[in-house]
Amino acid sequence: MQAATKVTQRTATAASGATVTVLSFCGDISSASKDTVLGAYRSLENASRVLLDFTSVEYINSSGIAIIIQMLLDADKAGTHTIGIFGLSPHFQKVFTMVGISKYAALHPDENSSLAAL
Amino acid sequence: MKAGTSVQVRLPSQLGYEKVAMSTAASVAKLMGFSSDRIEDLKTAVAEACINAIEHGNALNASLAVEVVLSASEDRLEVKVIDQGIGVGVAPHSPNIDRKVHGEEDPRGMGMFLIQQLVDEAEWYQGPPGKSFVRLVIRLDQENQ
Repeated sequence: MQAATKVTQRTATAASGATVTVLSFCGDISSASKDTVLGAYRSLENASRVLLDFTSVEYINSSGIAIIIQMLLDADKAGTHTIGIFGLSPHFQKVFTMVGISKYAALHPDENSSLAAL
Repeated sequence: MKAGTSVQVRLPSQLGYEKVAMSTAASVAKLMGFSSDRIEDLKTAVAEACINAIEHGNALNASLAVEVVLSASEDRLEVKVIDQGIGVGVAPHSPNIDRKVHGEEDPRGMGMFLIQQLVDEAEWYQGPPGKSFVRLVIRLDQENQ
């Protein structure tokens, strides 16, 4: 019943000219997504700016949110990654703000506004 | 939707089936006239209540059912999520994002907090197997507030 999580990786250029790695998720973000989501993030090398794209995510629950927090924990330990988030529905922008994620990762409505801020 | 109408759903205790309860709750809330924002809140709260029932109440035993009872009245929608466990005896705590991001607190454990934040009433009842439940309410008079 849980839709598989897929992750695609690409690069984009921020308004500042910096190279940004974009991880685009598709499907569900739930407990079953842990290896896929964290594996994609942990495989990044020399990526100092990372955007997480939720545009094609159909379902997120608290276990999925915990995986994003685990990613922020990894970034905090590494001390190098700046993480931004875009493509969340207004409801999940509210939920991410409610649990405090917005304190550690800027939330933007779309990719263009994310890139403009980096 | 006529006041007094009740809809029941039985789910196997397998993660993913919470979506069936989510969809049902959304359909009932829409028929009652709730706004799309409130329906999104309800969907997340119902999903989290079902996940807790599946994971903790029924310990992922797929042969045990999670029962979801939706009861519509004139001014509110009540959702009961009943499992076979002994219930939750602790109050929801607010997640501390600083502690989570610094590895001092489990990144998980936000379900009850989200439920409490997203609905107008949330109560957890302890009882013998089959009698423990969480009760959620969204009220029509809270629309646009």
